[in-house]
Amino acid sequence: MQLQLTQEQDMVVRMVRRFVREEIVPLEINLDPDTDQLPEEDSSRLKAIVQDMGLFGLGIPKEYGGPDLDMVTQALISMEISQHRAGLYAPCYGVFGGAGLAQLFESSDAQKENYLYPTLRGEKRGFFGLTEPSGGSDPARAIQTRAVRDGDDWVINGSKIFISGADRADFGLVFARTSPDKGRGGVTCFIVDTDTPGFHVRRIVHTLRSAHYATELQFEDMRVPHANVLGEVNKGFAIANDRLSRQRIPYSAGCIGVAIKAHEMALEYSKIRETFGAPLSSRQSIQWMLVDNEIDIQQAKWATLEAADLADRGEPFRKQAAMAKLVSTEGASRVVDRSMQIHGGYGVTKDFPFERWYREMRIRRIGEGPSEVQRHIIARDILGSSLR
Amino acid sequence: MSVRLEKPWLTLDPELVARLPGQLGVFQLANENHEVVYIGFAGGRSLFGLKGELTNWLGRWPFFRLEVNMAYRTRCRELLMVHFSDHGSYPTENTAQETAGLGRLSITAVTKMPINTKEGS
Repeated sequence: MQLQLTQEQDMVVRMVRRFVREEIVPLEINLDPDTDQLPEEDSSRLKAIVQDMGLFGLGIPKEYGGPDLDMVTQALISMEISQHRAGLYAPCYGVFGGAGLAQLFESSDAQKENYLYPTLRGEKRGFFGLTEPSGGSDPARAIQTRAVRDGDDWVINGSKIFISGADRADFGLVFARTSPDKGRGGVTCFIVDTDTPGFHVRRIVHTLRSAHYATELQFEDMRVPHANVLGEVNKGFAIANDRLSRQRIPYSAGCIGVAIKAHEMALEYSKIRETFGAPLSSRQSIQWMLVDNEIDIQQAKWATLEAADLADRGEPFRKQAAMAKLVSTEGASRVVDRSMQIHGGYGVTKDFPFERWYREMRIRRIGEGPSEVQRHIIARDILGSSLR
Repeated sequence: MSVRLEKPWLTLDPELVARLPGQLGVFQLANENHEVVYIGFAGGRSLFGLKGELTNWLGRWPFFRLEVNMAYRTRCRELLMVHFSDHGSYPTENTAQETAGLGRLSITAVTKMPINTKEGS
């Protein structure tokens, strides 16, 4: 693995870093500290700048109008665009666009016309509906939402929880059990229009984060045409699983970006804040915190970039993505905690971003597969078939 | 926590407002018929929290009720969506900017469901 950035990667990183520091961070001075939205005029202006930079639509393949960046470069960008208060769950307030539901790139031509292209044009929004009240860590077995074939339709009954954006979506990907006895081989992915009778968004699920809040869904005799099956019947789990592994790389990178920013602020503050006649940075207890921050960040960066590099080369990266997710979410949590500690009382106020990062980073050790599941994936990989 | 804010209405007068907490949270204002006319929040930039925000409304509407809530943004959005679901419109005093981009809730016949602690997608 090449540890040195290419000239192009270095240029992109510098450009994005300058954009975040000059365009995004100053805006946050006047925004509510928990917001995930920019005023429309700022959002439009910044999207135009990102389009001029050639980076709008991160993760969208070139043939669909995206910048077609490799995974390593995308990870490097994700580490930059999260370096501000809202950066963990609303990196740059969405002005870099994104692939949205990447599964739609594999959809049929008719599905692309109805859902993918309108989404890429910003005319439609979608949601990803996998997790259920019965669990999210083992979706293949936990899915209890049932879909039963009835003529040209499927009739879906059940519920989903912790689903982001469903209340504002035009459609969603809903995973439902179509063969009760087949475990992970009995799950199908359906594209569901949210104006379908029987589709209900029951409530917002309030959590530690306010950005991209989650909702609870209920389906009551919801009829979905067979033409809206994404992929093949009973092969929906592969669609979900691929997304879960791939998503762990930018998910990790976002945590690292916040950790880098928190550490940078702690370094600066430790040099100017004096106690008992000397700056904090002269105290060994503080120095060790800063050293541990540095180590946590480097470990997470290497693990994440290695996983991205493997993905770019088309090699298996499931174990490395799990490692990246594990070390970056746990390491970044420690970095934010130490940086908050170094800032003392100011660290816990809403005047500084640490309290938001602290709350939101706690979710990161659970979302997209908790730390324990990542360890399970790694154990299964190194122990092979001896582990069930 | 109920999806709706169902606390009793209080009189929006200076004496009562002066005794309010300075915490973060959400509030509703109502007219003489106890019809909700505004839903707002006291956020991280609100001077003196709920007390400060409600002081700004003194003399304009007769009743209010509040809920101390650190998740003030999502709770406020939820209350606005509930209002829309119940009435087909947003409260008259809420601006277009405050209601821009809100989603839809269908809250009738809410079924109690078990909740685990995992974040979804």
